[in-house]
Amino acid sequence: MPARRGRLIFWLAVGWIVVVGSAAIAADWLPLASPSDMDLLARRAGPSADHWLGADALGRDILSRLVFGARISLTVGLVAPLLGLVIGGTLGMLAGYFRGLFETLVVGGIDVLLAFPPLVLALAITTYLGQSVLNITITLGVLSIPALTRVARAATLTFAEREFVTAARALGASHGRILMRELLPNIALPLIAFFLLAVAVIIVVEGALSFLGLGVPPPAPSWGGMIAEGRDSLDTAPSIAFLPASTMFLTVLAFNMVGDRLRALTDPRPGAS
Amino acid sequence: MLGFAGRRLLYLVPVLIAVTLLTFLIAALLPGDLAIALLADEATPEKVAALRHEMGFDEPLAWQYLHWLGSALAGDFGRSFRTGEMVLSAILQRLPVTLELMLFAQLIALAIGVPLGILCAVRNGGAFDRLMTAIAFGKLSLPAYMLAIVLIYVFSVRLKLLPATGYVPLNEDIVGNLRSFVLPAVTLGFGEWPVLMRVLRSDMIATLQEDYIAMARAKGLRPWRILLVHALKPSSLTLVTVTGIGIGRLIGGAVLVETIFALPGIGRLLIGAINARDFAIMQGVVLFVATGFVLVNFVVDVLYGVLDPRIRHGRS
Amino acid sequence: MTGPALLAVEQLSVDLPTPRGRLRAVDEVDLELAAGHTLGIVGESGCGKTMLSRAILQLAPRRARLSGRVLFDGRDLTRLDAEALRRLRGRSIAVVFQDPMTSLNPVLTIGRQISETMREHLAIDGSAAARRAVELLAEAGIPAPEQRLRQYPHQLSGGMRQRVAIAIALSCEPRLLIADEPTTALDVTIQAQILDLLARERQRRDMAMILITHDLGIVAGRTDEVAVMYAGRIVERAPTARLFKAMRMPYTEALLAAIPKLDAPPHTPLPAISGRPPDPTRPFPGCAFALRCRCCAERCAEQKPALTPADAYRHQYACWHPINPIGA
Repeated sequence: MPARRGRLIFWLAVGWIVVVGSAAIAADWLPLASPSDMDLLARRAGPSADHWLGADALGRDILSRLVFGARISLTVGLVAPLLGLVIGGTLGMLAGYFRGLFETLVVGGIDVLLAFPPLVLALAITTYLGQSVLNITITLGVLSIPALTRVARAATLTFAEREFVTAARALGASHGRILMRELLPNIALPLIAFFLLAVAVIIVVEGALSFLGLGVPPPAPSWGGMIAEGRDSLDTAPSIAFLPASTMFLTVLAFNMVGDRLRALTDPRPGAS
Repeated sequence: MLGFAGRRLLYLVPVLIAVTLLTFLIAALLPGDLAIALLADEATPEKVAALRHEMGFDEPLAWQYLHWLGSALAGDFGRSFRTGEMVLSAILQRLPVTLELMLFAQLIALAIGVPLGILCAVRNGGAFDRLMTAIAFGKLSLPAYMLAIVLIYVFSVRLKLLPATGYVPLNEDIVGNLRSFVLPAVTLGFGEWPVLMRVLRSDMIATLQEDYIAMARAKGLRPWRILLVHALKPSSLTLVTVTGIGIGRLIGGAVLVETIFALPGIGRLLIGAINARDFAIMQGVVLFVATGFVLVNFVVDVLYGVLDPRIRHGRS
Repeated sequence: MTGPALLAVEQLSVDLPTPRGRLRAVDEVDLELAAGHTLGIVGESGCGKTMLSRAILQLAPRRARLSGRVLFDGRDLTRLDAEALRRLRGRSIAVVFQDPMTSLNPVLTIGRQISETMREHLAIDGSAAARRAVELLAEAGIPAPEQRLRQYPHQLSGGMRQRVAIAIALSCEPRLLIADEPTTALDVTIQAQILDLLARERQRRDMAMILITHDLGIVAGRTDEVAVMYAGRIVERAPTARLFKAMRMPYTEALLAAIPKLDAPPHTPLPAISGRPPDPTRPFPGCAFALRCRCCAERCAEQKPALTPADAYRHQYACWHPINPIGA
């Protein structure tokens, strides 16, 4: 991609994330209708002064539901992979550094977790635990541990054999020092890049759960749930489904782009971007 | 050859055991009492205790696991609390639908991904390549349920070409059956082709730079033959692996797609069981799916050895 | 020249675009080779000899720019379309690459790799091709040739693999064989066998051959003519015997001196050529060898010497201060 055009798109992506994020944070203070208010006169209405983006099948304001839905999506989308990053990143780094039996156990454990198709496992766990933002976040966080562990381990393996680590050891540095001072700063960038990609995936998975009605319990609005609801009105008012779909698509795309750009920065192989 | 497969088989057993253990533990460690939840209004301490005893919940955990596993191996996954039918028969009855869906989806993904991957590798760096890479990237951000909505809108609502929901069994009407699978299979397969294309593309770009490709050109072989025989075969390894891994994604995606398009497969069975809190079916389906997934990966590993003779003969 | 030239290369140049500037890998090379003769091209790594061989076949990398002409049997290869070139390759001109581990496809059987060339260029079917493949392997000195057909390259030793590569190259009875460092990747003990095999087959089939190597010792006695390459140019060319008897270019002399001699006393230091070849992206006005040459004078650094016209012995060289012939 020509460099300048790629840069522009990159910053557009960042900008979109900032806009959505800020709207989600400031939702309560924005001049929006309540997301659960049903204006029965405006069912399936198009854009108007009262409802900037129209209303859904039950007369609820779409724009406000989008903004409040962003809260759920972004909260789960950011916190769950963060959990995976902290736990998985630590496990991976330790596994890659100490090697031996510990590494074998970690890798084996990852293989077992990865033996389950993720969506199925997420469904199973949330069913048993019950539907709430907390449970979903924890479940998805646990599901993101394997991928982040792998990335952390791979990155650590590339760095652990390099001279500066050997030099630090020769100077008598303790393991803890080496891990925190030498290795962590170097694997931070690939981990963060992958973290952003994981955010994109988690938003999608949370959307899938909500779409199936098995995500956050109603009446809390969520993008996935809005898409599912909009399905019934496809013949009369398709925008009810397409608006949340587009919003989610743009958000996920934005995270993918930023994450991919960061990953390309850290990957020395040619043609990797 | 047998020695190679045998070694992979040995690795398989502990993974399977771990899978069954995990599936069991998810259910066994749930907070809240299942018996109380089942009895709901009728729950009295005696009835709860009786039900718990009947379901074997007061036995030690290890015993429960072994008992459950033993029955499962004998084919007894328990009984659905709703319909009373055996879990295994419920699964097997719906399995063909899911398999047909996955097969079509995988074929579509390959039919799109492989040619595009080859074309992009050959025209590496050109406009077509960049365009395809951008499209593949964008496609990554478009999950199945979104695509389904778009497809339904275009093909069912607007063009009225294909059914939005509904399933016609194969023995009733072949054309109807295929028609009912088109949109679901495209939805599911569309999620897979970008990955296939990208992986095949990078692998082939590397392969095309090898000396033996230059040698093939120096031998005056036709370009198609060089591409498909000399270049594709070494690259097919990664393709097989990615396809195998993709099957896991397909299974998860099948759950969604079956629900959206109302296809009576395993995925729909699972969702229905979840909504009705039918834990026996849930457990059965999860176990079935996870085991199938592990076995598929095993087959992929063995295929790896077949395709690359170097691995088969023990060289790394 | 004794007989019409089978291959005539005229002012062939190859330019490669690199981030650091345009790289002239091959600089205005002229070559002539008659049918049935052997030409040796000698030079150190990076002097452009491999690029030259690729350029002759029109197989240079896509981004390379070629100029000049390559006439094979009277046809200008630089003007031929892709299909015509394709029919020529493997059939009339064949190549043996340097490293048989990488030039043979690891996932295809030996039999397949030999037969496919024949089935492409000669209209024969599978079983006839297989029979011929067995014959070719036997002629190349490979024991148990029938079994080899179903084997894969990694199951053979290095020397065996190169014999297979040679069998492949000879399969369609080419008029010209280009052997690009055919023995460099092999054990010293095998090298002589492979070179002997090439020489024997060449004679049997009355084939022309270009033998590319960095080792002057290899071309002695196995070639009719030798061209010495340095930094993309031919700097000396002569019939082999004449070259070894009366070399003019100091570079050639240094190359010869760098070959370890069996009869030298032990621990004799090997005279290496000091310095490195020049950076091809920075054109140097003078002779490319000037800064490493023991005879370097002022003119050498300022003016690039051109190849002298052929003298009575058909000897050409590009040097302002040629050394006196060793012996006469």
